[in-house]
Amino acid sequence: MSTRAFRIGCGAGYSGDRIEPAIELVERGELDVIVFECLAERTIAIAQQARAADPAAGYDPRLDERVEAILPAARRRGVRIVTNMGAANPPAAAARVRDIARRLGIGGFTIAVVAGDDVRALVTGGGFTAAETGEALTADNVVSANAYLGADGICEALVNGADVVVTGRVADPSLFLAPIAVHHGWRLDDWTLAGRGTLVGHMLECAGQVTGGYFADPGLKDVADLARLGFPLAEVDADGSAVITKVAGSGGQVTAATCTEQLLYEIHDPAAYVTPDVAADFSAACITDLGGDRVRVDGAGGRGRPSTLKVSVGQFDGWIGEGQISYAGAGAAARGRLAGEIVVERLRLTGVPFSDLRCDLIGLNALHGPDAGRGVEPYEVRLRVAARTASAADGWRVAREVESLYTNGPAGGGGAFTSVRQVLAMRSTFVPRDRVSWRVDYESV
Amino acid sequence: MSALRDIAHARTGDKGDTCNISLIAFDARDYPRLVAHATPERVKTLFAGITNGDVTRYELPRLGALNFVITGALGGGVTRSLALDAHGKSLSALLLTMEIPDETDTQ
Repeated sequence: MSTRAFRIGCGAGYSGDRIEPAIELVERGELDVIVFECLAERTIAIAQQARAADPAAGYDPRLDERVEAILPAARRRGVRIVTNMGAANPPAAAARVRDIARRLGIGGFTIAVVAGDDVRALVTGGGFTAAETGEALTADNVVSANAYLGADGICEALVNGADVVVTGRVADPSLFLAPIAVHHGWRLDDWTLAGRGTLVGHMLECAGQVTGGYFADPGLKDVADLARLGFPLAEVDADGSAVITKVAGSGGQVTAATCTEQLLYEIHDPAAYVTPDVAADFSAACITDLGGDRVRVDGAGGRGRPSTLKVSVGQFDGWIGEGQISYAGAGAAARGRLAGEIVVERLRLTGVPFSDLRCDLIGLNALHGPDAGRGVEPYEVRLRVAARTASAADGWRVAREVESLYTNGPAGGGGAFTSVRQVLAMRSTFVPRDRVSWRVDYESV
Repeated sequence: MSALRDIAHARTGDKGDTCNISLIAFDARDYPRLVAHATPERVKTLFAGITNGDVTRYELPRLGALNFVITGALGGGVTRSLALDAHGKSLSALLLTMEIPDETDTQ
């Protein structure tokens, strides 16, 4: 049990996040641990396909770049790393970290791999259905199935001295709860503490979103120096209360406003934010602006943990064919509308099968529905047609009907763009907790 | 009339086909105005062009904030939506356009 505030930072809020704010955080944040959250819901299904094609692939595509940038400073300063960059292949990711370390001449540390989230064999073995569609899950219709693991595997790795912990699918806040709990000697079944640690993790997990990113609204909510946005760290006390802050001199801001937006981000019932670790209760949470980019967050609680684990299931769901073309000047919206009508008519005349279609005028009604922008006469609009098709070939037929507006459509159409993509829809199912077993493997470097 | 944007800020989050939008008073003294005027019924009407799903409102007086949970708002789900903004990130701005009566001094 320690009474010193534990310093934990977030070095990435998604796979494509900026890299140098994490270096700044490691170099100047006096951190104990830095977490890299790089695994969006769909990423693991894409990674699973990569692994199927190459057994050494399937981990985060930017792992090399990130690890090469961070590892030297992290090892020099004794900052431990926790990351879900293992994606669909944590052992391969760990091997990659080891190889990078050797190449950089860094040694004397331990990498741990937390595995066990891949439950495709379990959920396709009969008796499981997709919650969203009711469809039975089978080996034929499931690309990937990964259970959201909790903090326990990471805790074990850290207790056993791991300096770098690589996981696959783990609930985002659990990546943070684990090191906090280990440092302060918490029991994971102390639900109040688990709820508080989960809140800290939730505040940090999107990195720049709590330090002034995803916030600015010029003239109303100005944020300084967003190009040098600092990433967050928390100073976590033994009772689970924490101060959210960032490195002095970095861009952005940590205020009650930025923290309140992040506290409610992706929250449904604030009294029941359910992770594999705890049903956390944020309904009585308090946010206190201490000034100087320091905000105290406390008052969270928790009640038990779920008996089932949520499983993220990737399934192919047809194709989307899309085309865009722009119109400008007087009458732009009318020409854009006409262009959309022509495409729909052409698809009918040429018998292109699709199950769903959307015609938007970007600049007028693409984001807030068909009634938005009514009565507005924009200077320029961009027609966007997107349709769901059963095959890539039909998707291309949709896209090309937009492109051919160049020579066959209304006057002055420019900047056409086409794309066809396969849809990997993410669905969910739930499995009994005791059917999922995690394990930790270690390698000394 | 003024708009919610004059007294509050907002952020959208996504989960599957459901979006949540926080609505936070710049000044905690304006929280009762949010409670009075940003009702689930008015939000449902404002979002009629996006979804006819359910709107649930959670009240967080300690934070001076409301949290709206809107089902069916993300085109069948972020990963399969045909929408340009599949995550619905821009929907917070729609909520902030909601008109509210100007504050009248009744004291």
